Amino acid sequence: MTAESASAQDLRTCVQQALDQARQQGATAAAVSLERGEGLTVSVRLGELETIEREQDQGLSITAYFGQRRGRASSTDLREDSIERTVEAACQIARSTEEDPCHGLPDEDRLAFEYPELDLHHPWDLDSDEAVRLALECEDAARADARIANSEGAEVRRYDGIRVLGNSLGFMGAYRRSSHDLSCCVVAADEAGAQERDYWHSTHCDWRKMQDPGTVGRIAAERTVRRLGAQPLASCVAPVLFEAPVARSLLGHFVGAASGQALYHEASFLLGRKDEQVWAEEITLTEHPHEAGGAASAPFDAEGVATQERTVVDNGILRGWFLSSYSARRLGLASTGNAGGIRNLVLESREPALSWDELLQRLGRGLVVTELMGQGVNQVTGDYSRGAAGFWVENGAVAHPVHEITIAGSLPDMYRGIVAVGAEQDRRGSLQTGALLVDRMQIAGV
Amino acid sequence: MPDERVTDGAVRRYLLDPGELTPQTLEQTLAHAWSRACDYADVYLQHSQHESLTIENGVVKDAAFTLEQGAGVRAALGEKTGFAYSEELSPDQLLEAARAARSIAHGDRQARLPQSSSTPPPAVCAYDNPLQDLGMEQKIALLREVDETARGLAPEVKKVTATLASAYEVILIASTEGVYQTDIRPLVRLSVSVIAERDGRREIGGHGGGGRYGYSRLLETGAPARFAQEAVRVALLNLESQEAPAGTMTVVLGHGWPGVLLHEAIGHGLEGDAIRKGTSAFTHLMGQRVASPEVTVVDNGTLPDRRGSLCMDDEGTPTQNTVLIEDGIIRGFLYDRLNARLCKTKSTGNGRRESYAHQPMPRMTNTYMQAGAHSPEEILASVDHGLYAVGFNGGQVDITSGKFVFSASEAYLIKNGKIAHPVKGATLVGDGPSVLRRVSMVGDDLELDDGIGTCGKDGQQVPVGVGQPTLRVDELTVGGTQMHDG
Repeated sequence: MTAESASAQDLRTCVQQALDQARQQGATAAAVSLERGEGLTVSVRLGELETIEREQDQGLSITAYFGQRRGRASSTDLREDSIERTVEAACQIARSTEEDPCHGLPDEDRLAFEYPELDLHHPWDLDSDEAVRLALECEDAARADARIANSEGAEVRRYDGIRVLGNSLGFMGAYRRSSHDLSCCVVAADEAGAQERDYWHSTHCDWRKMQDPGTVGRIAAERTVRRLGAQPLASCVAPVLFEAPVARSLLGHFVGAASGQALYHEASFLLGRKDEQVWAEEITLTEHPHEAGGAASAPFDAEGVATQERTVVDNGILRGWFLSSYSARRLGLASTGNAGGIRNLVLESREPALSWDELLQRLGRGLVVTELMGQGVNQVTGDYSRGAAGFWVENGAVAHPVHEITIAGSLPDMYRGIVAVGAEQDRRGSLQTGALLVDRMQIAGV
Repeated sequence: MPDERVTDGAVRRYLLDPGELTPQTLEQTLAHAWSRACDYADVYLQHSQHESLTIENGVVKDAAFTLEQGAGVRAALGEKTGFAYSEELSPDQLLEAARAARSIAHGDRQARLPQSSSTPPPAVCAYDNPLQDLGMEQKIALLREVDETARGLAPEVKKVTATLASAYEVILIASTEGVYQTDIRPLVRLSVSVIAERDGRREIGGHGGGGRYGYSRLLETGAPARFAQEAVRVALLNLESQEAPAGTMTVVLGHGWPGVLLHEAIGHGLEGDAIRKGTSAFTHLMGQRVASPEVTVVDNGTLPDRRGSLCMDDEGTPTQNTVLIEDGIIRGFLYDRLNARLCKTKSTGNGRRESYAHQPMPRMTNTYMQAGAHSPEEILASVDHGLYAVGFNGGQVDITSGKFVFSASEAYLIKNGKIAHPVKGATLVGDGPSVLRRVSMVGDDLELDDGIGTCGKDGQQVPVGVGQPTLRVDELTVGGTQMHDG
């Protein structure tokens, strides 16, 4: 099969064939997913074209069940004999591994036999010449600032993909999703020769709704230039304001600890905390998988389970987990439609959301974090220690940029210690929040 | 066309025959790219098989097999690169990719392609397929041994998860610089994770390792029991750990895996792409002293069987032992062909790519510091108050500002030259170009890591190795949780 000829119907047929083959090989149940995509990425650097890259991706994954035994296999080769070998490999594994009573397809009544159209498909008819023009416009806007001394370049990417999912319960679903991205990364230098780098990007499934190239370039330059003159900081205990783009990582750690796998591995600091206050009592977390055009919207999850709008944290109280069919069975619960990921998890506060200036006022004297580095997060204990860069704030105003510091604490304390939420939400990914102000953390510096 | 090689059977079986490709098809692909006035073009064919098996709660109930294959075609003109890839290994798709890749160049050219004349570099590992090294029952038995060993060591052990993974990659590289090379790259890994609980407190411990060989090597070296013991030891130790201090202090880094410091603080800043673009904090430091004369750091891709080793990089250049810092002075950068050409130097055999769907760039192989003169005991005894960090989760660097972090998973407080007690994991942060100046003692106990490292750069993951002897660093910022106002 070649890329040009592959219609959605061809792909459904391909999925159905793999399902049929699995049955012929003795599988009692099976699920098959197939993804294809095509894209173009163009980057420029210092005013010149740097790369043109054409992407063409495809992959088929099969999960075969022999009673309570399971095998998984995947292949990027979609020729008929190769698909047959992949099905064989999955069946072979399923025959030789051990039983697990929790293995199996989703419960039939949870499957999305009917699913909504979510406005996720907006192909961009962008050729490489036009992409170069947009990327140049973006980088030029960043380099218009005289303090921008060097550049990692600007990049424009368009991508158009389709996902088809079927299983032996008769479920067959498909949806198309486009994904477009515009990014810019530049370097600023000061008189002393110190260099700082930062970047910005805009992404959306509808290219008409991305930030324009000039805006992306200007933000990249602003974010970079404001880091010049950074100093270390004396170690202290202080409130910490996480800018929205980095505040998303705090939601990410929460999702990790509230995911089915962490729970059944008993590798989560949230174990046994259901219906307890885990976040500050003003905070609510809701998941919106059906948001039209949303960054991580999906009509069904990676198993075909219908995704649903739901509340995960209600006024600080932990009400739900993130479960697949398997992890749900392990925990004696029902799937939450989170196989394959989180779908637009939004943090909101019942207190009025604050503007950036109001947040700085509320912070008073403390640290603004704009960048986090390293892996110092322990999901089992909730211990938190990461490298950081940002700004020191005195009397509600930025005093100077800081770098080469760490911030440390514990995630349970940080979640309960949120005292303010910013009005401007970062909605570019599956985790969406405004800036978060945490009352007290240990900062280590000189 | 080169002579028959040991890799040829696998290359024909996996890369050429299924799509009816021949060395002539590859030459036509290159000629198609070369017919526009570019400086360089290459084609990269790859077939890879991966498998992983996991034991959890004493039961092996999850396993997966992945087959990936495809071709990437690249053309370069000056600083411009055109790149296209396809999952389909067929003459049509290769020509199509070549057409897309050459779009960065314009003028036509009649000149013939240079003749290919590559001889294969010496192998760094055997070419057996690790997936077929053991039968399924034996793989399951290996995981059982890990599980039973870990559970038998202490009643506090509550959860044991272990994963056995292997890969078998067959590649072919042909370029307009006369390269026609084939390679086979096996890789195995065993990792163990343990959760221990005592008095309501839960802690995690982990260990892992592997290299470019088959599963049977893991059995021969006693890895299942050894890794289980190590994971349990760390988990039990963490049950006793107290809060780590916060602030700047003397840090003693253990030997082996703590060499991730060199990888982050030094290695990435010496990669040729950042050097060429001037975006590395090390750009102007060639020939400059950045450390005491006791410090020598190399990147060596030629070590037998190591996770980070390759006989050739992904552009067909033989790997080598590149001296990065010699007696405290910066002596070398790491190059792929594109950046070497633009910098008017030679590739150091560090052009690596995650797969056919990614473009090569300068990457490390096995990066380590050579041994010095001090015993580890002498180094610990020299510290009045500080941190002794021996286990790490990994690290990250901003090559432009030079700031790096790495996160300890096993550490102790040092008091009066002696280990006082274990402390919780903490992030360490420093400045790459200046951190080695603060290395005041280098141990005589060089060790390489057990083979667990994966390095991420621009979204591409490649296996790497690190190593070092015990080091004393006079001042490093430690991000502990022990609250105190400075």
